[in-house]
Amino acid sequence: MSQPIEVTLRALAVLVAFLVLPLLVGQTEHKVMAHMQGRLGPMYAGGFHGWAQLVADGVKFVQKEDITPAAADRWVFRVAPAVALVPYLVALAAIPLSPHLVAAAAPGSAVFVLAVTAVGILGTLMAGWASANKYSLLGAMRAAAQLLSYELPMVLAVASVCLAAGSLSLTGIAGAWSPWWLLWQLPGAVVFLVSAVAELQRPPFDMPVADSEIVFGAYTEYTGLRFAFFLLSEYAGIVVMSLLFAVLYLGGWHGAFSDVLGWLWTLLKGFAVAVLVIWLRVAWPRLREDQLQRLAWLVLVPLALGQLALTGLWVVTTA
Amino acid sequence: MTALDVAFAAAGVVASASGLLAVTTRHVVHAALWLVVCLGSVAGCYLVLGAEFVALVQLLVYVGAVVVLVLFALMLTRAPIGPNPDISTSPLHRVLAAFLAAGVTTLVAAALLPLAGPARRRAGTATGDLASALFGTWVWPFEILSVLLLLALVAALAVSRMADRQGPDAAQTLAESAGDPVGKPLAEMAGRPTAQSAGELPAQPAGERA
Repeated sequence: MSQPIEVTLRALAVLVAFLVLPLLVGQTEHKVMAHMQGRLGPMYAGGFHGWAQLVADGVKFVQKEDITPAAADRWVFRVAPAVALVPYLVALAAIPLSPHLVAAAAPGSAVFVLAVTAVGILGTLMAGWASANKYSLLGAMRAAAQLLSYELPMVLAVASVCLAAGSLSLTGIAGAWSPWWLLWQLPGAVVFLVSAVAELQRPPFDMPVADSEIVFGAYTEYTGLRFAFFLLSEYAGIVVMSLLFAVLYLGGWHGAFSDVLGWLWTLLKGFAVAVLVIWLRVAWPRLREDQLQRLAWLVLVPLALGQLALTGLWVVTTA
Repeated sequence: MTALDVAFAAAGVVASASGLLAVTTRHVVHAALWLVVCLGSVAGCYLVLGAEFVALVQLLVYVGAVVVLVLFALMLTRAPIGPNPDISTSPLHRVLAAFLAAGVTTLVAAALLPLAGPARRRAGTATGDLASALFGTWVWPFEILSVLLLLALVAALAVSRMADRQGPDAAQTLAESAGDPVGKPLAEMAGRPTAQSAGELPAQPAGERA
């Protein structure tokens, strides 16, 4: 196959995955949350158990008027949703589903995914500032403080896995994975999961969008398609973080018939993590801002540093 | 001209243009956002030159953390929507800055242009080579730099604590600029800096730019 066609096909495949997987996670959230709370969830759209609910929501969002507040900084306000959304699309391209099934194989893909997702926060900050709304600005402040604090333990946890595998590439890390890592890297895995949920601003870390306090944080002034982009970026973020967790800590494609069904194993493990993220939302109430910072700096950072030291010791003594 | 040359030139042009915009715009937050574009395209330059890891760290540290911190500080203190006349400089400063820029450009060009020959060899820097250089040859400068950063951190903490002890006035000024993230921005949300904030706060954004 010639190169331009291959690149186009790969890009298209990532785009399709980017549009389908978040919807799947969103529908799962509707259903899982509903059943945990003794309800049915959406039942009508599309017929069978309301499977087309999110498609219908999307159509509704497209029809709505696109409003830019008069006092807003128009240019920044309009660009912000794209800045929030695109990083997750780029990150998804670097996550391998099996050793040979990856859209863009890069030697430093673990660092790449972290670096790219860190850019997404700029979208929230831009949205909050440009809206000229006090709730939006407060939401952006909370988001920035939260994401800065939780990025450090996350990077440290990933560094520990990279150290254990002796590789910066996600394919190399999952290739070096063995079941013993489930115990050895357990503290790092917990730190990563908690930081990932916090980076996604999902409950119990949803201070930045706390609807009962600051309406909807940085997204208060957004309507229609631009608001839908922010929602999509949240669910795309769940997909990226869950797949990343599956590849880093659960061994990705390791499993029965991994030669043929490796990609399915990665997807299934990622999906299980996504369900866990949804479960956390149902199970815990929202943290307060000071509790949130305390958890990041006094629990997660020391835990991640301890994990890094443990990994380093083990790697050096057994090498 | 290979595709890599074109990519490098494009990233360089974007970097220079956004850098210029970051310095010339009157909108404080726009300046920070142009800085994001500038640092991002510098990362692109590194990537084209084969230093993948340096490019990624540039993105992770500068775009993901440093500029976010700058934006956070700006929005926490004063960042009105619309042009801000306070951050304009006098003609004398502009002339001096232009002279300085011309001098630096001449110096760098004189040093680098003779090296730019037709021979192109982009070997790419392996992460392992980078690590052994950083923690072998350059380990002392690296460690001394981190001690310097630690010192700055401790000193900043000490300065803020000292102001706390000196009396209510100093403590209040500091609390307004740093410690009270909720109360302060409310007054400035509509995009007009209040007289109080313009007068009392240490003019951090302006100071950084000068």
